Amino acid sequence: MSSIEILGLRAGYGERSILSDLDLKAGPGEFLAVLGPNGSGKTTLLKVLLGLLKPTAGSVLVDGTAPKPRNRVVGYIPQHRGFDRDLPIRGRDLVTLGLNGHKLGLLRSTRPERALVERALEQVGALDYADAPVGMLSGGEQQRLRIAQAILGEPSVLLCDEPLLALDPGRQMEVTRVIDRYRRERGATVLFVTHEINPVLPYVDRILYLVNGRSVLGRPEAVLTRETLTGLYGNPVEVVRVGERVIVLAGDEESHSEIDGHHHHDHGEVASKWMS
Amino acid sequence: MDVMTYLTLPFAQHALVAGFLIALICGIIGPFVIARQMAFAVHGAAELSFTGASAGLLIAGNPVAGALIGSVVVAGAMGLLGDRSRERDSAIGVVLAAGLGLGVYLLSRYQGFASAATNILFGNIFGISWIQILILVALAVAVMVVMVVIYRPLLFASVDPELAQARGVSLKLLGIIFLIVLALSVTEAAQVVGTLLVLSLAITPAAAAQRVSRGPASTTVVSIAIAMLATEGGLILALVWSSVPPTVFISALSFASYVLARLVGPGIARRRREGLERLRNLAAALTEAA
Repeated sequence: MSSIEILGLRAGYGERSILSDLDLKAGPGEFLAVLGPNGSGKTTLLKVLLGLLKPTAGSVLVDGTAPKPRNRVVGYIPQHRGFDRDLPIRGRDLVTLGLNGHKLGLLRSTRPERALVERALEQVGALDYADAPVGMLSGGEQQRLRIAQAILGEPSVLLCDEPLLALDPGRQMEVTRVIDRYRRERGATVLFVTHEINPVLPYVDRILYLVNGRSVLGRPEAVLTRETLTGLYGNPVEVVRVGERVIVLAGDEESHSEIDGHHHHDHGEVASKWMS
Repeated sequence: MDVMTYLTLPFAQHALVAGFLIALICGIIGPFVIARQMAFAVHGAAELSFTGASAGLLIAGNPVAGALIGSVVVAGAMGLLGDRSRERDSAIGVVLAAGLGLGVYLLSRYQGFASAATNILFGNIFGISWIQILILVALAVAVMVVMVVIYRPLLFASVDPELAQARGVSLKLLGIIFLIVLALSVTEAAQVVGTLLVLSLAITPAAAAQRVSRGPASTTVVSIAIAMLATEGGLILALVWSSVPPTVFISALSFASYVLARLVGPGIARRRREGLERLRNLAAALTEAA
């Protein structure tokens, strides 16, 4: 049985459809990278799978049921946003909120809840700094706490929204390895939205590449080619391989070519480039 | 008269009880005001209690009831207009400006003593009646019950909104509930320290507490403690030097505790960082040994 089963999905905000006719089946233990320029629907896809956005057409099943918030089957790493330095929250508090933060009342946790948090912190190697204020931790350490939050309760599907954003290459590899290890130990399906393909390329089974509501799904060597991406963008695209790394140069005459994949531009980012 | 004699008199006792209750609710909401970046909402709600008081005075001769009802209306208006956080500040500014204009008009229609309404601008803690104390007790109990019930999801929604939403927490509902709690608390606080000085109880103690505590629970406790120290200490100092209004001492004590927290806070943070560093080194050594 597939853990994620999407058929003819159409979704968007108001009148505007961002995703249309999307089909996707992913099985247990599969590592799926979701690529594409800004506004192509990567985050929208995650919102649909989290049950935060109702599709306007098509069917979506996560682990055999329709997506709804608070589903323990799904773990979620939201897009990284640094924490205030003064925020009086320890790593352990943050992870615990991911477990029982939706429950009314004060901050009391049961013994099994504390054990679950402890185990998740251990799995991501965050026990050493679990009692330090989150605002004082490095980006990589904060991201490990995010992963710990996501894997509480051993979800069979892990949705990651740009977990490598604002991390240096060393930390990117580290964070990816932690996610990959969970995938292998649990046999979980990982949907990994990213701007940077290179740090995850060694682990990726398939790539879902989204551009302007259209999509291509396939193995990395089939998707990351000049022919496939030129067809998808509808514009000439170059795919350059430098050693182990893949760099996608997509653009048309009217747009400036993008130097840095981290920068987000509102005017339809037609040019992008990945480097690790 | 000396302080001990004053303390046997009802006006001073009422003031101390009222100060205690207001410090309690302000100390509780303060850390959330900071985490949710709502200082301007506090200021707006406080100033608008002047409009509510004027309306209450004109319609029913009761400024306090007017201010309390007005604050709920204001919270609703701010919540509905400022749905997204980026719009919130401008929505508060719009409601604040319109409301203050209305307040000036209402006050101009009132034929009696305007001091009943202007009291709310500067505070009148030594003029608190038994009825007002009863209202305060009821309000403090209501605020505490609501805060105890929503504490955890509100903290989750405040520090980690994206994940909270994915876990089924309604950010919108919590936002409106907290806004109402905040508006009611601030309106009551305005009667003690005046609208112009509400921030010294609703923000300063929590800001000081954040500098010296590490977890959310200890921050709340320290925030309440500082708010109480400032209020009760300020009241007693005002009884000793009776020519100076209590608000002066309350805001001064509150500010002094903030300065103190900023001075000792870095030391606490440094020790914490050093402890963290030691742990990291230890972990690295253990990993190497294994």
